[in-house]
Amino acid sequence: MTRFWPLGVFLVLVVFLYVGLYLDPHEVPSPLIGKPAPAFALTKVDDPAQTVAREQMLGRVWVLNVWASWCVSCREEHPLLVEFARHVPVEIYGLDYKDQRPEALSWLAQFGNPYKAALFDGDGKVGIDFGVYGVPESFVIDKKGVIRYKQIGPFTEDALMNKLLPLLQKLQAES
Amino acid sequence: MKRLASGLLLALMLAAVPVVHAKEAPLVGEDPVLQQRMMKLASILRCLVCQNQTIADSHAELAEDLRKQILAMMKDGKSDQEIEDYMVARYGDFVLYRPPLKATTVLLWAAPALLVVLGGALVVRAARRRNELPVQDEALDPEQQRLADEILHSDQEGAV
Repeated sequence: MTRFWPLGVFLVLVVFLYVGLYLDPHEVPSPLIGKPAPAFALTKVDDPAQTVAREQMLGRVWVLNVWASWCVSCREEHPLLVEFARHVPVEIYGLDYKDQRPEALSWLAQFGNPYKAALFDGDGKVGIDFGVYGVPESFVIDKKGVIRYKQIGPFTEDALMNKLLPLLQKLQAES
Repeated sequence: MKRLASGLLLALMLAAVPVVHAKEAPLVGEDPVLQQRMMKLASILRCLVCQNQTIADSHAELAEDLRKQILAMMKDGKSDQEIEDYMVARYGDFVLYRPPLKATTVLLWAAPALLVVLGGALVVRAARRRNELPVQDEALDPEQQRLADEILHSDQEGAV
Protein backbone atom coordinates (compact mmCIF):
# COMPACT_ATOMS: atom_id res chain seq x y z
CA MET A 1 0.00 0.00 0.00
CA THR A 2 2.82 2.38 0.92
CA ARG A 3 4.08 2.27 -2.61
CA PHE A 4 1.05 4.34 -3.64
CA TRP A 5 1.76 7.33 -1.49
CA PRO A 6 3.76 9.21 -4.16
CA LEU A 7 0.67 8.89 -6.32
CA GLY A 8 -1.40 10.34 -3.46
CA VAL A 9 0.94 13.32 -3.13
CA PHE A 10 0.82 13.82 -6.88
CA LEU A 11 -3.00 13.80 -6.90
CA VAL A 12 -3.15 16.38 -4.09
CA LEU A 13 -0.78 18.56 -6.11
CA VAL A 14 -2.95 18.15 -9.19
CA VAL A 15 -6.03 19.29 -7.25
CA PHE A 16 -4.20 22.37 -5.95
CA LEU A 17 -2.90 23.32 -9.38
CA TYR A 18 -6.29 22.72 -10.97
CA VAL A 19 -8.03 24.99 -8.48
CA GLY A 20 -5.24 27.53 -8.96
CA LEU A 21 -6.07 27.75 -12.66
CA TYR A 22 -9.40 29.34 -11.81
CA LEU A 23 -8.15 31.86 -9.26
CA ASP A 24 -7.57 35.38 -10.48
CA PRO A 25 -4.80 37.06 -8.46
CA HIS A 26 -6.15 40.41 -9.57
CA GLU A 27 -9.36 39.85 -7.66
CA VAL A 28 -8.31 40.96 -4.23
CA PRO A 29 -11.22 40.66 -1.81
CA SER A 30 -12.20 44.12 -0.60
CA PRO A 31 -12.03 44.72 3.14
CA LEU A 32 -14.84 47.25 2.66
CA ILE A 33 -17.55 44.65 2.14
CA GLY A 34 -19.90 44.76 5.11
CA LYS A 35 -18.60 48.17 6.11
CA PRO A 36 -20.23 51.56 5.60
CA ALA A 37 -19.38 53.18 2.29
CA PRO A 38 -16.74 55.89 2.74
CA ALA A 39 -18.10 59.40 3.06
CA PHE A 40 -17.90 61.57 -0.02
CA ALA A 41 -19.30 64.75 -1.45
CA LEU A 42 -18.64 65.09 -5.14
CA THR A 43 -19.78 67.41 -7.86
CA LYS A 44 -21.60 66.13 -10.91
CA VAL A 45 -19.58 65.72 -14.07
CA ASP A 46 -22.02 67.84 -16.05
CA ASP A 47 -22.57 70.44 -13.33
CA PRO A 48 -19.73 71.49 -11.00
CA ALA A 49 -22.23 73.46 -8.92
CA GLN A 50 -24.24 70.44 -7.80
CA THR A 51 -22.87 68.05 -5.19
CA VAL A 52 -23.99 64.58 -4.26
CA ALA A 53 -23.04 63.22 -0.84
CA ARG A 54 -23.16 59.80 0.74
CA GLU A 55 -25.88 60.81 3.21
CA GLN A 56 -28.29 61.64 0.40
CA MET A 57 -28.25 58.00 -0.68
CA LEU A 58 -29.30 56.50 2.65
CA GLY A 59 -32.54 54.56 2.45
CA ARG A 60 -31.95 53.52 -1.15
CA VAL A 61 -30.16 50.63 -2.75
CA TRP A 62 -27.68 51.90 -5.30
CA VAL A 63 -24.74 50.90 -7.42
CA LEU A 64 -21.55 52.90 -7.72
CA ASN A 65 -19.83 52.19 -11.02
CA VAL A 66 -16.24 53.43 -11.23
CA TRP A 67 -15.31 54.33 -14.80
CA ALA A 68 -13.26 56.77 -16.83
CA SER A 69 -13.11 57.96 -20.40
CA TRP A 70 -9.55 56.59 -20.66
CA CYS A 71 -10.61 53.15 -19.46
CA VAL A 72 -10.64 50.61 -22.25
CA SER A 73 -12.57 47.80 -20.60
CA CYS A 74 -15.25 50.30 -19.57
CA ARG A 75 -16.25 50.38 -23.23
CA GLU A 76 -17.02 46.69 -23.01
CA GLU A 77 -19.05 47.07 -19.87
CA HIS A 78 -20.84 50.29 -20.68
CA PRO A 79 -23.39 49.10 -23.24
CA LEU A 80 -24.39 46.32 -20.85
CA LEU A 81 -24.96 48.85 -18.07
CA VAL A 82 -26.97 51.10 -20.39
CA GLU A 83 -29.14 48.15 -21.34
CA PHE A 84 -29.44 46.98 -17.73
CA ALA A 85 -30.45 50.42 -16.45
CA ARG A 86 -33.09 50.64 -19.15
CA HIS A 87 -34.84 47.46 -18.03
CA VAL A 88 -34.18 47.26 -14.32
CA PRO A 89 -35.29 49.92 -11.86
CA VAL A 90 -31.90 50.51 -10.30
CA GLU A 91 -30.02 53.63 -9.34
CA ILE A 92 -26.56 53.51 -10.85
CA TYR A 93 -24.20 56.34 -10.04
CA GLY A 94 -21.00 56.76 -11.97
CA LEU A 95 -17.71 57.64 -10.32
CA ASP A 96 -15.63 59.32 -12.97
CA TYR A 97 -12.18 58.34 -11.74
CA LYS A 98 -9.16 60.53 -12.54
CA ASP A 99 -10.68 62.04 -15.63
CA GLN A 100 -11.39 65.37 -17.30
CA ARG A 101 -14.94 66.71 -17.45
CA PRO A 102 -15.08 67.43 -21.21
CA GLU A 103 -13.69 63.99 -22.11
CA ALA A 104 -16.08 62.29 -19.71
CA LEU A 105 -19.09 64.17 -21.07
CA SER A 106 -18.34 63.44 -24.70
CA TRP A 107 -17.70 59.79 -23.76
CA LEU A 108 -21.14 59.58 -22.14
CA ALA A 109 -22.71 61.28 -25.14
CA GLN A 110 -21.10 58.74 -27.43
CA PHE A 111 -21.68 55.51 -25.48
CA GLY A 112 -24.87 56.36 -23.59
CA ASN A 113 -25.53 57.35 -20.03
CA PRO A 114 -26.86 54.72 -17.63
CA TYR A 115 -26.25 56.89 -14.57
CA LYS A 116 -28.68 58.72 -12.38
CA ALA A 117 -25.72 61.03 -11.91
CA ALA A 118 -22.08 60.85 -12.88
CA LEU A 119 -19.87 62.09 -10.05
CA PHE A 120 -16.53 63.70 -10.73
CA ASP A 121 -13.47 62.38 -8.88
CA GLY A 122 -10.74 64.15 -10.81
CA ASP A 123 -7.89 63.56 -8.38
CA GLY A 124 -8.97 60.04 -7.49
CA LYS A 125 -9.24 60.74 -3.74
CA VAL A 126 -12.66 59.13 -3.38
CA GLY A 127 -11.39 56.27 -5.51
CA ILE A 128 -8.64 55.67 -2.95
CA ASP A 129 -11.19 55.72 -0.12
CA PHE A 130 -13.15 53.04 -1.94
CA GLY A 131 -9.97 51.02 -2.48
CA VAL A 132 -10.23 51.27 -6.25
CA TYR A 133 -7.20 49.82 -8.01
CA GLY A 134 -8.47 48.85 -11.42
CA VAL A 135 -11.21 50.54 -13.40
CA PRO A 136 -13.99 49.51 -13.93
CA GLU A 137 -15.09 48.46 -10.48
CA SER A 138 -18.58 48.53 -9.03
CA PHE A 139 -19.98 48.63 -5.53
CA VAL A 140 -23.47 47.70 -4.41
CA ILE A 141 -24.58 49.75 -1.41
CA ASP A 142 -27.64 48.92 0.67
CA LYS A 143 -30.26 51.11 2.34
CA LYS A 144 -28.13 51.57 5.43
CA GLY A 145 -25.20 52.79 3.36
CA VAL A 146 -23.24 49.56 3.75
CA ILE A 147 -21.19 48.11 0.89
CA ARG A 148 -22.55 44.64 0.16
CA TYR A 149 -20.78 43.61 -3.02
CA LYS A 150 -17.83 44.62 -5.13
CA GLN A 151 -17.41 43.76 -8.77
CA ILE A 152 -13.76 43.90 -9.77
CA GLY A 153 -13.34 44.47 -13.47
CA PRO A 154 -16.18 44.89 -15.94
CA PHE A 155 -19.64 43.45 -15.32
CA THR A 156 -20.39 40.69 -17.77
CA GLU A 157 -23.92 39.86 -18.86
CA ASP A 158 -23.71 36.78 -16.67
CA ALA A 159 -22.62 38.79 -13.61
CA LEU A 160 -25.36 41.37 -14.19
CA MET A 161 -28.14 38.81 -14.50
CA ASN A 162 -26.98 36.18 -12.03
CA LYS A 163 -25.20 38.22 -9.39
CA LEU A 164 -26.29 41.83 -9.45
CA LEU A 165 -29.98 41.35 -10.21
CA PRO A 166 -30.71 38.80 -7.44
CA LEU A 167 -28.66 40.85 -4.98
CA LEU A 168 -30.57 44.04 -5.82
CA GLN A 169 -33.87 42.24 -5.31
CA LYS A 170 -32.69 40.87 -1.98
CA LEU A 171 -31.44 44.26 -0.79
CA GLN A 172 -34.61 46.04 -1.91
CA ALA A 173 -36.59 43.64 0.27
CA GLU A 174 -34.54 44.54 3.33
CA SER A 175 -35.92 47.28 5.51
CA MET B 1 34.74 30.24 -31.80
CA LYS B 2 34.56 29.14 -28.22
CA ARG B 3 35.72 32.52 -27.04
CA LEU B 4 33.02 34.22 -29.11
CA ALA B 5 30.37 31.94 -27.68
CA SER B 6 31.42 32.56 -24.09
CA GLY B 7 31.59 36.29 -24.78
CA LEU B 8 28.06 36.22 -26.09
CA LEU B 9 26.92 34.24 -23.08
CA LEU B 10 28.49 36.75 -20.74
CA ALA B 11 26.81 39.62 -22.56
CA LEU B 12 23.47 37.85 -22.26
CA MET B 13 23.94 37.23 -18.57
CA LEU B 14 24.85 40.84 -17.95
CA ALA B 15 21.81 42.00 -19.87
CA ALA B 16 19.61 39.78 -17.72
CA VAL B 17 20.82 41.32 -14.45
CA PRO B 18 17.77 43.10 -13.05
CA VAL B 19 18.08 46.75 -12.19
CA VAL B 20 17.70 46.58 -8.45
CA HIS B 21 17.63 50.23 -7.57
CA ALA B 22 15.10 51.53 -10.06
CA LYS B 23 13.57 53.98 -7.64
CA GLU B 24 11.23 56.75 -8.69
CA ALA B 25 12.68 60.20 -9.04
CA PRO B 26 11.89 62.09 -5.84
CA LEU B 27 9.16 64.68 -5.96
CA VAL B 28 10.82 68.05 -6.31
CA GLY B 29 10.60 70.56 -3.52
CA GLU B 30 9.86 68.03 -0.81
CA ASP B 31 11.69 67.60 2.47
CA PRO B 32 14.31 64.87 1.82
CA VAL B 33 13.93 63.40 5.32
CA LEU B 34 10.17 63.03 4.91
CA GLN B 35 10.73 61.82 1.38
CA GLN B 36 13.02 59.09 2.68
CA ARG B 37 10.56 58.07 5.38
CA MET B 38 7.79 57.90 2.78
CA MET B 39 9.87 55.69 0.46
CA LYS B 40 10.72 53.39 3.35
CA LEU B 41 7.06 52.90 4.17
CA ALA B 42 6.10 52.65 0.51
CA SER B 43 8.63 49.85 0.05
CA ILE B 44 6.69 47.51 2.36
CA LEU B 45 3.37 48.17 0.66
CA ARG B 46 2.23 46.27 -2.40
CA CYS B 47 1.00 48.08 -5.48
CA LEU B 48 -2.31 46.45 -6.37
CA VAL B 49 -2.10 47.36 -10.02
CA CYS B 50 1.20 45.58 -10.68
CA GLN B 51 1.13 43.10 -7.87
CA ASN B 52 4.76 42.11 -7.73
CA GLN B 53 6.00 45.63 -7.15
CA THR B 54 5.97 47.82 -4.11
CA ILE B 55 4.33 51.20 -4.07
CA ALA B 56 7.87 52.63 -3.90
CA ASP B 57 8.97 50.86 -7.10
CA SER B 58 5.85 50.99 -9.21
CA HIS B 59 5.27 53.48 -11.98
CA ALA B 60 1.52 52.86 -11.94
CA GLU B 61 -0.55 55.98 -11.52
CA LEU B 62 -2.23 54.59 -8.42
CA ALA B 63 1.16 54.00 -6.79
CA GLU B 64 2.09 57.59 -7.55
CA ASP B 65 -1.13 58.81 -5.97
CA LEU B 66 -0.56 56.64 -2.94
CA ARG B 67 2.99 57.94 -2.51
CA LYS B 68 1.57 61.46 -2.52
CA GLN B 69 -1.10 60.36 -0.07
CA ILE B 70 1.51 58.86 2.29
CA LEU B 71 3.54 62.05 2.12
CA ALA B 72 0.47 64.18 2.81
CA MET B 73 -0.46 62.03 5.81
CA MET B 74 3.09 62.24 7.15
CA LYS B 75 2.95 66.01 6.91
CA ASP B 76 -0.27 65.84 8.92
CA GLY B 77 1.75 64.13 11.65
CA LYS B 78 0.37 60.62 11.13
CA SER B 79 2.56 57.75 12.32
CA ASP B 80 3.75 54.98 10.01
CA GLN B 81 1.37 52.58 11.76
CA GLU B 82 -1.60 54.88 11.17
CA ILE B 83 -0.75 55.14 7.48
CA GLU B 84 -0.36 51.37 7.24
CA ASP B 85 -3.78 50.92 8.85
CA TYR B 86 -5.22 53.44 6.41
CA MET B 87 -3.95 51.36 3.47
CA VAL B 88 -5.14 48.06 4.97
CA ALA B 89 -8.61 49.53 5.58
CA ARG B 90 -8.91 50.27 1.87
CA TYR B 91 -6.99 47.53 0.10
CA GLY B 92 -6.92 44.73 2.66
CA ASP B 93 -4.03 42.75 4.14
CA PHE B 94 -2.90 42.00 0.59
CA VAL B 95 -1.34 45.46 0.49
CA LEU B 96 1.18 44.39 3.13
CA TYR B 97 4.20 42.48 1.90
CA ARG B 98 4.46 40.96 5.38
CA PRO B 99 1.05 39.44 6.06
CA PRO B 100 -0.21 39.64 9.67
CA LEU B 101 -0.71 36.47 11.69
CA LYS B 102 -4.45 35.78 11.61
CA ALA B 103 -6.79 32.81 11.49
CA THR B 104 -6.75 32.98 7.69
CA THR B 105 -2.96 33.21 7.44
CA VAL B 106 -1.97 30.67 10.10
CA LEU B 107 -1.35 28.01 7.46
CA LEU B 108 0.86 30.40 5.49
CA TRP B 109 3.00 31.15 8.53
CA ALA B 110 3.06 27.60 9.86
CA ALA B 111 3.68 25.85 6.54
CA PRO B 112 7.52 26.03 6.59
CA ALA B 113 7.71 24.57 10.13
CA LEU B 114 5.09 21.95 9.27
CA LEU B 115 7.03 20.90 6.19
CA VAL B 116 10.27 20.58 8.19
CA VAL B 117 8.52 18.43 10.81
CA LEU B 118 6.84 16.31 8.16
CA GLY B 119 10.04 15.87 6.16
CA GLY B 120 11.98 15.04 9.36
CA ALA B 121 9.40 12.42 10.31
CA LEU B 122 9.68 10.82 6.89
CA VAL B 123 13.48 10.69 7.12
CA VAL B 124 13.38 9.16 10.63
CA ARG B 125 10.86 6.59 9.50
CA ALA B 126 12.91 5.64 6.46
CA ALA B 127 16.06 5.35 8.58
CA ARG B 128 14.34 3.13 11.17
CA ARG B 129 12.93 0.90 8.53
CA ARG B 130 16.37 0.40 7.05
CA ASN B 131 17.73 -0.62 10.48
CA GLU B 132 15.00 -3.16 10.92
CA LEU B 133 15.80 -4.94 7.66
CA PRO B 134 16.45 -8.66 8.46
CA VAL B 135 20.17 -9.38 8.54
CA GLN B 136 21.13 -12.57 6.74
CA ASP B 137 22.77 -14.75 9.36
CA GLU B 138 21.89 -18.23 8.23
CA ALA B 139 24.39 -20.84 9.31
CA LEU B 140 26.93 -21.94 6.72
CA ASP B 141 26.81 -25.47 5.53
CA PRO B 142 29.93 -27.59 6.25
CA GLU B 143 31.38 -27.05 2.81
CA GLN B 144 31.09 -23.26 3.08
CA GLN B 145 32.48 -23.36 6.61
CA ARG B 146 35.52 -25.31 5.46
CA LEU B 147 36.08 -22.84 2.63
CA ALA B 148 35.78 -19.87 4.95
CA ASP B 149 38.24 -21.38 7.44
CA GLU B 150 40.69 -22.10 4.69
CA ILE B 151 40.54 -18.53 3.40
CA LEU B 152 40.84 -17.05 6.87
CA HIS B 153 43.79 -19.24 7.77
CA SER B 154 45.62 -18.72 4.57
CA ASP B 155 45.21 -15.02 5.08
CA GLN B 156 46.66 -15.20 8.60
CA GLU B 157 49.57 -17.31 7.51
CA GLY B 158 50.26 -14.98 4.64
CA ALA B 159 50.38 -12.04 7.03
CA VAL B 160 52.96 -13.57 9.31
